[in-house]
Amino acid sequence: MEDVEIIKEDLVLDCSGMLCPMPIVKTSKSMKELQSGQILKMISTDAGSPPDIAAWSRQTGNELLLSTTESGKYVFFLKKS
Amino acid sequence: MSKSNPNAPKRLALISSKGTLDWAYPPFILASAAGAMGWEVGVFFTFYGLTLLKPELTAAVSPLGNPAMPMKMPFGPEGFQNINWAMPNLLMANVPGFENLATTLMKQTFHNKGVATIEELREACIELDVRLIGCQMTMDVFGFKREDFIPQAEIGGAATFLEYAADAEVQLFI
Repeated sequence: MEDVEIIKEDLVLDCSGMLCPMPIVKTSKSMKELQSGQILKMISTDAGSPPDIAAWSRQTGNELLLSTTESGKYVFFLKKS
Repeated sequence: MSKSNPNAPKRLALISSKGTLDWAYPPFILASAAGAMGWEVGVFFTFYGLTLLKPELTAAVSPLGNPAMPMKMPFGPEGFQNINWAMPNLLMANVPGFENLATTLMKQTFHNKGVATIEELREACIELDVRLIGCQMTMDVFGFKREDFIPQAEIGGAATFLEYAADAEVQLFI
């Protein structure tokens, strides 16, 4: 796992306040705006997001670089395949 | 696995058979989630589920036949909001307007908690190229015409669904 400080995102998506399935629906939409190798930082307050984003990453092949929490929110760094 | 094309993405085939607000959620949630994961998705709307293809969604909550349904108040202090109000069928059957009340309360509670509306989820499905297939037989039985539904809807029968579902990794009847 890389350290949160050294991952530089190209796009930030804030899904705070949304419940399943909107965080992954929005994540998939944002990923389409990125080029291969670019990084999306996704922020969520949905407790289902850590397992869901991990599953989304496995299913789509977009690498989950880091799954962590920042000031009480879930934060994910996803690299477009 | 007898998939015709081994390189095809995973596929989800759903049957949506219920038209109440609570039962409208599972097919649209699963369909949009699978679409967001890059899967191919087809939803076959049959019987009461067919009304979910109308442009104007009027899905309501029917507490009748849902004896375990918890009812939450979408306002007031948190302790009050967390109370499960028991909804005896006898009471509901005798109170005019109860369905409207139950529907309003559920919509407001879902909104407060951050759940997308059925309209938003259906729109997400359309953006993700989910196939929405209306059941021709149900249309004939209930007197629906093609123009009663959103333009993105396709029309098909049991064979259409079965052919699609035969190549699906996940098939669910909801």
